[in-house]
Amino acid sequence: MKQLKLPKLLIFALIFYSAIQILYGTEILNGYILHIINQSLIYVILAVSLNLINGITGQFSLGHMGFAGVGAYVSGTISTLVFKINPSSPNGMLIFIFAIIVGGLAAAVVGFLIGFPSLRLKGDYLAIVTLGFGEIIRTVFNNIDYVGGPRGLLGIPKFSNFTTIIVAAFITLVVIRNLVESSHGRAMLAVRENELAAELVGVNTTRYKVMAFVIGAFFAGIAGGLFAHLLQMAHPTQFGFIKSVEVLIMIYAGGVGSITGSTIAAFALTFLSEGLRIGIRAIADATGLPIGGEWRMVVYSLLLIFIMLFKTEGLMGTKEAKLIRLKEVQ
Amino acid sequence: MGAIFNAQQIVNGLQVGSIYALIALGYTMVYGIVRLINFAHGDFYMLGAYAAYGAFFAFNALFVGKTGLMAFVVLIASMAAGGVIALLANRLAYKPLRYKPKLSSLITAIGVSMFLEYFLSALPAVGPSYRSFPDILPRVNINLGNAVISNYVIIDIVIAAVLMVGLTLLIKKTTLGKAMRAVSQDKDAARLMGIDIEKVIAFTFLIGGSFAGAAGLLAGMTYPRIVPYMGIQPGLKAFIAAVLGGIGNIPGAVLGAYIMGLAETFASAYNSLIGEGIAFAILIIVLLVRPRGLLGEKIADKI
Repeated sequence: MKQLKLPKLLIFALIFYSAIQILYGTEILNGYILHIINQSLIYVILAVSLNLINGITGQFSLGHMGFAGVGAYVSGTISTLVFKINPSSPNGMLIFIFAIIVGGLAAAVVGFLIGFPSLRLKGDYLAIVTLGFGEIIRTVFNNIDYVGGPRGLLGIPKFSNFTTIIVAAFITLVVIRNLVESSHGRAMLAVRENELAAELVGVNTTRYKVMAFVIGAFFAGIAGGLFAHLLQMAHPTQFGFIKSVEVLIMIYAGGVGSITGSTIAAFALTFLSEGLRIGIRAIADATGLPIGGEWRMVVYSLLLIFIMLFKTEGLMGTKEAKLIRLKEVQ
Repeated sequence: MGAIFNAQQIVNGLQVGSIYALIALGYTMVYGIVRLINFAHGDFYMLGAYAAYGAFFAFNALFVGKTGLMAFVVLIASMAAGGVIALLANRLAYKPLRYKPKLSSLITAIGVSMFLEYFLSALPAVGPSYRSFPDILPRVNINLGNAVISNYVIIDIVIAAVLMVGLTLLIKKTTLGKAMRAVSQDKDAARLMGIDIEKVIAFTFLIGGSFAGAAGLLAGMTYPRIVPYMGIQPGLKAFIAAVLGGIGNIPGAVLGAYIMGLAETFASAYNSLIGEGIAFAILIIVLLVRPRGLLGEKIADKI
């Protein structure tokens, strides 16, 4: 650990940040593109944290957006209903950061509660439990009147902006990268490669699976909180199964186990998704055919099937860009 | 409590359980043979309902008034749709990944499931909104003391029972059934004995899919509206039923499905939110207390 490569990633992040700020300031980038970049960065947090569970530790979670939902609702409740802050209120930013972190912690607690019973077991149980969890959490939000029930939690102050989101994404990348390179991360990789062998050499597999799951849920909660304060609302349908699958596609397209891959894929697929939305509407308008937004998801599902059939390892495999790596691999 | 545990609720629970059982059987058979949670299984159920819907109108446009024949044709159409699409999904999406890591097929199954749902919603002929399912047979209500039973309830339970008895005979008495049991016990040994594994797997998908298709028809008749996303919830619950009974165990799936149907009906009568969540609660309890399920056998890891 003598050569920390942190500055490289920091420098890259700063260059990226200033470049976008300058482009936006000179009106080369409009607000719409900046909004998509913000969304992409939130998806980076979601994809990288899901990659810790699915890619690095080899478990299979299908309810990642459910944790984002917990984070969104908890942080939205704190900022909107408890403290009633808005961007001009004194200490608003501090309360916002507090709300986001509490949202992440709440997601982590929920992650522990559902992860513990299912991660004790080998096999695909986590997939079903997390799938069920995603559905349950939506029903719960739908039925709590305090947070708006089926209307959703509205009027959340807009605190998420390019600066706050990129800081959060940067912290996520650094924390998860460092975790993967630590001895804990090595134990998680061992669980992925061969759970039985890992257990035989003394790795407490349940502990590491639960640890990866809880940390992943925490960052998903953070991402959810940022989403809520970006879109200024939290709605039960934003956090359903299909949304979780969108994040899943990102990590498999990018390469399971590669943080770099997840990051690139989060950007590429968020832009592709917007492109498809615009493209499909343009085709529908031009031809007058009844072509709906469902085709976007048809493309997405075929993409998932084709990645699995023809390029299972994804874009990057398990490789990382030099920027992300902590130390050179011997 | 009398309002919850009465004859009416028991009959309703058995009806729901019959539909779950038909779906859970396919899940458990496929899992028993290829160790794959086939997420698209709930969509075979949905396809069965849509095929029955199409067959009903097609038949009535051609012939009028032959209700008995029509009901039979509709049942065959729903089973054929579920079975053929299951067969195609196996051939095109799952077979190429058979010897790849297990997660690959699981993710592909999610892709297949999403594709079926969104492709049907995107097709202008089907569309994403609810359609009301026609009454295939006239509805008759039978009064039995303090319970009212519709003939549809009896049809659901009887069709499910007949199919399940047929499946039991198939598995216990025929050579193909013997091959299925052999493959689920030990794939490699079965191959060495000259069993064509792929044929057995394909046949399992065909049976499982057709049962899910039949369940789709029964559900369409019972709750008379259908939508491309109708398979998600029952699919999930039937899977939980299969886990409850012991995944891979055929009688277990049926037992789990009936327990699940009854539990859900009772819980819904008490409170609709608890009714929604009961399946999930059952799953968590099973995983904590008896992960191999009620009838499942404990399998040790081979080193």
